[in-house]
Amino acid sequence: MVTVSEVQTEAQFEEVAPKKPWTQIAVDLSRKQPLGVFGLAIVVAMIIAAALADVVAPYNPLQEHFDSMLSGPSEDYLLGTDEFGRDILSRLIYGSRTALLVGFVCAIVGSTAGLVLGVASAYFGGLFDLMLQRILDVFMAFPLIILALAVVATLGPGIENVMIAIILPFIPQCARVVRSNALAIREIPYVDAARALGFSDARIILRHMVPNVMAPYLIMLTTFLGQAILLEASLSFLGLGVQDPIPAWGLMLTNASEFFEGAPWVAIYPGVAISLSVFGFNLFGDSVRDVLDPKLRSR
Amino acid sequence: MNEAQAQAGSDYGSQFRGQVSNETLITVKGLKMHFPITEGVLVPRKVADVKAVDGVDFFIRKGETLGLVGESGCGKTTTGRCILRLEDPTAGEILYDGKDICQLNNKELIDVRKKIQVIFQDPYSSLNPRMKIGDIIGEPLKVHGIIPDEAKRRERIGYLLGRCGLHPDFADRYPHEMSGGQRQRVGIARALAMEPEFIICDEAVSALDVSIQAQVINLLEELRDEFKLTYLFISHDLSVVRHICHRVAVMYLGHMVELADCDELFDHPMHPYSQALLNAVPIPDPDLEKTRAHTIIKGEIPSPINPPPGCVFHPRCPLAVDSCKKNIPDFREVRPGHWVACTEV
Repeated sequence: MVTVSEVQTEAQFEEVAPKKPWTQIAVDLSRKQPLGVFGLAIVVAMIIAAALADVVAPYNPLQEHFDSMLSGPSEDYLLGTDEFGRDILSRLIYGSRTALLVGFVCAIVGSTAGLVLGVASAYFGGLFDLMLQRILDVFMAFPLIILALAVVATLGPGIENVMIAIILPFIPQCARVVRSNALAIREIPYVDAARALGFSDARIILRHMVPNVMAPYLIMLTTFLGQAILLEASLSFLGLGVQDPIPAWGLMLTNASEFFEGAPWVAIYPGVAISLSVFGFNLFGDSVRDVLDPKLRSR
Repeated sequence: MNEAQAQAGSDYGSQFRGQVSNETLITVKGLKMHFPITEGVLVPRKVADVKAVDGVDFFIRKGETLGLVGESGCGKTTTGRCILRLEDPTAGEILYDGKDICQLNNKELIDVRKKIQVIFQDPYSSLNPRMKIGDIIGEPLKVHGIIPDEAKRRERIGYLLGRCGLHPDFADRYPHEMSGGQRQRVGIARALAMEPEFIICDEAVSALDVSIQAQVINLLEELRDEFKLTYLFISHDLSVVRHICHRVAVMYLGHMVELADCDELFDHPMHPYSQALLNAVPIPDPDLEKTRAHTIIKGEIPSPINPPPGCVFHPRCPLAVDSCKKNIPDFREVRPGHWVACTEV
């Protein structure tokens, strides 16, 4: 028998522990994740270039200089010019707008749609879960680029259709990962507590389950950023994406394929831009995963 | 039900355990909860049932605390989850204030859910880690429009925290900044927020260490008296049950085997399983512990997928006779207020 009577009934009001300042967290992070911070730097540089393109770019990306077509890197044209005499540096800087627009819109829309579908699928379970998962299976059966190609072939080229084509294969990927996490969370008592308190299904999904699958969601989101940029470049390269004369890195590579033997700079710099941005997003995504994954956190 | 029992309950209760009225608050009749085991990917078909709860009857009076004890997997928690409608029972009735909870639609259920609350076992997983304590406690008040005004709600949250022995400043903290005992107090405050009549304490103190256990039990007792609460106290800790409960029910493999007043059950257990269960409680004195006779029941608990026919306890029962293998024993009232599911006592 517990000798309850001898114990003080009113617990002492306990002291509240002080909070860690966020600057300290930021310093700790850059020490623990140097590659991630490097990746973040590339991403931030890209965002600045895109935002300030009008100020940073030396020329109008559409302006054609017929007196200096396919001229190599020089003082006038830092990275050379293409077959119409357009400045490659300016086109790269403006092209980052296309890349970032497609990257962010596709990654955010795709992973968010996947997040809601995945959590709802896990929460409701039963027939709804079964049907939804089989439909997602159909989408996942196609290789990413083939599915995107099929969508663009159906809807026609153009930046909106390219984004739809990239978002579609992202949704099932994210939904699958989020669902498996949400299935575990579904069984945790605070979800039962929320049901016992009489909250609506939508509230339980959005307020109680979604915030707790943020880790896999953010990991998928950052992975998709790089993938989306690469996919957009691939589709543009195949002539199914953004159309000339809008500056886009994949498109610049396509046009360069005819001239790169004599003027390698027309192919190299857009290629470097694509690689570097995907590299940056992936490094950033990797360290986001390291930070958010509790299994890897205790280092 | 009968006056002698109610009399005994209230006599004892007036001294230590609050007032128990004669009014029945909740009645459970023939409750069954079978979980199907399915096979097949595209077209799932049922291959068997896990009979977690298989025909349980009891009632709880207003202001009463009913203890529900039994070993792991006997269906205690599932019974509690059925009353909360976190599971949809396979069969049976759960009458709350005369209404069958199992038949209510979602809208009607919300009214009942305001009155029935739950305190969970694990204080670490029962609070949403992404919400502040104030939001956890205040959310039901906001969602159900009980206190729509922000400032008044904060005041109420502060009061609830204070009543549960926490500083009101905890409202701005996250659960991970708190200890297990503190979190359990938050769980209690959340359960109290909607001013319920009935609280299911599902192993509410099992995860806490002994000194904190005692504090939380005392808190539960105070709240019972202050807010006229009724508890279903699910536990495997018999000493805690004996301290807090008016009546105690013993479950085994989805069946209720014995139900009696707390002292009656602890002093004169009649069902052989209850006897063995009480006998297994260690005496906190090594010398006494060495000398006393243990009755250890043979074998393992059978699978709830394929429970034994007849009385579920017969394969392990020292009193079993041939008829036990065929006939399911009635849950009968052997003495006033003392119910046993055994033909041999």
